[in-house]
Amino acid sequence: MPSLKDLKTRISSVKSTRKITKAMQMVAAAKLRRAQDAAEMARPYSERFNAVLGSLAASVGGSPTAPKLLSGTGKDDVQLLVVMTAERGLCGGFNSSIVKAARAAIAKLKAEGKTVKILTVGKKGREQLAREYGSLFVGHVDLSEVKKIGYADAQSIAKNLLDRFDEGEFDVATIFYAKFETVISQVPTAQQIIPAEFDAAEGDDAGASPLYEYEPGEEAILADLLPRGVSTQIFSALLENAASEQGARMSAMDNATRNAGEMIDKLTIEYNRSRQAVITNELIEIISGAEAL
Amino acid sequence: MADTMQFDLVSPERSLLSTQAKTVSIPGTDGDMTAGPGHAAVITTLRPGILKVETEKGTEEFVVTGGFAEIGTTMTVLAERAVPYADMTQETYEDLVREAQAYYKKVVEETENEPGPVDDAAKLLQDMVAVGGHIGLDPKQPNF
Repeated sequence: MPSLKDLKTRISSVKSTRKITKAMQMVAAAKLRRAQDAAEMARPYSERFNAVLGSLAASVGGSPTAPKLLSGTGKDDVQLLVVMTAERGLCGGFNSSIVKAARAAIAKLKAEGKTVKILTVGKKGREQLAREYGSLFVGHVDLSEVKKIGYADAQSIAKNLLDRFDEGEFDVATIFYAKFETVISQVPTAQQIIPAEFDAAEGDDAGASPLYEYEPGEEAILADLLPRGVSTQIFSALLENAASEQGARMSAMDNATRNAGEMIDKLTIEYNRSRQAVITNELIEIISGAEAL
Repeated sequence: MADTMQFDLVSPERSLLSTQAKTVSIPGTDGDMTAGPGHAAVITTLRPGILKVETEKGTEEFVVTGGFAEIGTTMTVLAERAVPYADMTQETYEDLVREAQAYYKKVVEETENEPGPVDDAAKLLQDMVAVGGHIGLDPKQPNF
């Protein structure tokens, strides 16, 4: 049985842990709100953008001269997976659930005999994938210095991807990130970004929208917009990811704080019991000592 | 016909302006144009330049660096980057010019002076410099 002193030190250490997790939870809550706001503000742009791009793609899509970013290279042999995770841990299952989704995709693609390449964004995903698939890494984007995700960050990732695509390094690119649903639920999502894919719903929109005149030509605009579309999609994925990370951290820290509280209660009861036992022991010793006289 | 139309200016990071506008002047790639309510449906890409929005309350101006505009029953400008005229300082402007210059240099190197892309990059740079002339800021760079 641990001594009184041991118990006391344990209680105080758990108490300070609880303080830390509590503080982290509050920080995460504040950051979550900011991340959610940022995601909210970015939504009009990406929605409009995708609508326009969707209607353009629908009208140009069939033509043989359509840009490669839209029609693809005609193959899907080399697959690039962009795995976006957080730079920091202590956020529950956030990183591992994204990595798990990526792992499943890698296994599936490998079984189909495709070549898989991995580009990681965020340190945590890289660490988790390194042991098993380290040989497939083709690059890494470090965002640890970035405090607030800006469009420029997305642009540089997109540029990285587009350069590789132009070099013919891969045929299909898919991004893995966690979609923010609620504070307690973040859904790991895989989204193909090259060649561009549009939701069927947006395709329907295209039919209803007025017939636009294009300046300069349709294809010139499309060629201009598609690379931006990649940035836009990466940007919204980054923002979703940031919000998800903070949400996951918040609920993980909430759990940790609650667990610490329970542990303190348990330890305190144990401490009080053993204190009483010690007192009883002392009394017995005194009384039996007195009787012996 | 209504006197005004809904106008939205959005950048990837946030929505900058959403208002009823009488006319909007945009720097299109193929030339400036001014759109009012009932304008024909057009989608155009933008070059760096000044975007001017005339509302009932007055005129607002923004410096945009590129993007595209969608004109229909409503008008939406999706700008890669847009800075309100008043926030445009010499510093921000110099950054933009420097960026355009770096891009130009890179294109020249990479494409080994192929006319197409180099011309495009040179035009981008010129446009950027012209923006400075328009708003009275010094680009501080040699002319090409």
